[in-house]
Amino acid sequence: MIDFLQTYGLIFLVGSWPNGPLGGFAGTLLLAALGLAGAFPFALLIGIARTSSYQPIKMASTVWVYTFRSIPLIMIIFWAYFLVPVLIGMEVPPFSTALCAIIVYESAFLAEIIRAGLESLPKGQIEAARAVGLGYFQTLLSVQLPQALSNMIPSLLNQFVSTIKATSIAYIIGVQEAAFSAQQINSIELTGTLRTYLILALFYFFLCALLSRLARVLERHLQNKRLGLAA
Amino acid sequence: MLATGVAVTLRLFVGALVCGFAMALLLSALNLIPSRIVRAVIALYVEYHRNVPTVVQILVWYFGMPEVLPRALRLWINQGNTEFSFALIALSLNVSAYYYEDIRSGIKAIAGTQVEAARSVGLGAMQALLYVVLPQAVRYAVPPIINRSLILFKDTSLAMVIGVTELTYQVKKIENATFQTFQIFIISTLIYLCLSLLIATLGAQMARRYPASFRR
Repeated sequence: MIDFLQTYGLIFLVGSWPNGPLGGFAGTLLLAALGLAGAFPFALLIGIARTSSYQPIKMASTVWVYTFRSIPLIMIIFWAYFLVPVLIGMEVPPFSTALCAIIVYESAFLAEIIRAGLESLPKGQIEAARAVGLGYFQTLLSVQLPQALSNMIPSLLNQFVSTIKATSIAYIIGVQEAAFSAQQINSIELTGTLRTYLILALFYFFLCALLSRLARVLERHLQNKRLGLAA
Repeated sequence: MLATGVAVTLRLFVGALVCGFAMALLLSALNLIPSRIVRAVIALYVEYHRNVPTVVQILVWYFGMPEVLPRALRLWINQGNTEFSFALIALSLNVSAYYYEDIRSGIKAIAGTQVEAARSVGLGAMQALLYVVLPQAVRYAVPPIINRSLILFKDTSLAMVIGVTELTYQVKKIENATFQTFQIFIISTLIYLCLSLLIATLGAQMARRYPASFRR
């Protein structure tokens, strides 16, 4: 086992970097972090649109959310693989292709979190803000969003966990992330497949379990704060 | 080809749903055993399946597990459709952990007074569970279970990584053969979309038929 880790540890950690693109566990984290960060601005707009009282905007955002939540991520990755090069007229590395797909996919899920965050605020907040003379956007930016976003932190963390897990499918188009590393090691080693995949599974296990636990702690903290129990 | 893809996808979905739900009920029953070891094993089982990506679970089963499975079982699986069987096992176990959590939080939502009331009118522990707690708990669990089933439906597409001939796999194959990428992608996306919405609609109907609270 020690031997195995000494030989292949580096491939697991960073893939073929520095001789190639950053891969392995680091690649997974990078892809997930960029995916979520990239999806956030879109999700913010879509989530706000979902709570809009202007029907066409509400309809369009609802269709977006329902569509991308009903299609498997692989399908979206295939679409990106096919469409993105056509749209910008040049070859795109697999990492960017997967990133585009993940941003679109996660934007739908994040939008629902943001909508839920906005809708969970007491109506009195909006009424009070409007009563003191704030406009729609002023209310949104200085009253609703700051409160909603801080309440959303645990959900966002959970979504980050989902994103980390979702990125593992990107190896199918050749993105060099953790699952790709495992596949690579497998084709060198040929035996001991179970060991290779268990190491891969353990990596995800510890990372995601840790983040989920953190989300739970934060959630409890926020709940206490809302109830006025926190110091 | 597309039709076989849809058929395999649906078979995988329904199979994993039924097996997963049965497994979740079994876990819920096992969790009643007042033994620390049993509970720790169940907790580990749930945590593993919730924190490891579904694709990785499928890969572990398909590539890794044959090394340690008993020979007889392996031969038995290899007799049928190996890829399908391993995908079914992986997806069932995966979804069972989520169903189990949903049922458990449903049981938790039922107030302890319900059990006390049931016991005080003379029902045994098992009877109280079967006639009072579970019927209510399952109702609480309906919305999250439907949600999870939809995710399971989308997750069946992951079975393509080990070569199960479900919809996504067939789409890729047709695309490679005909190069009519756009058409085939549109068709398959619409199929996924319609089936997902159908499942969601059925789920919403079920949630209405079995509301969590009888007062509504």
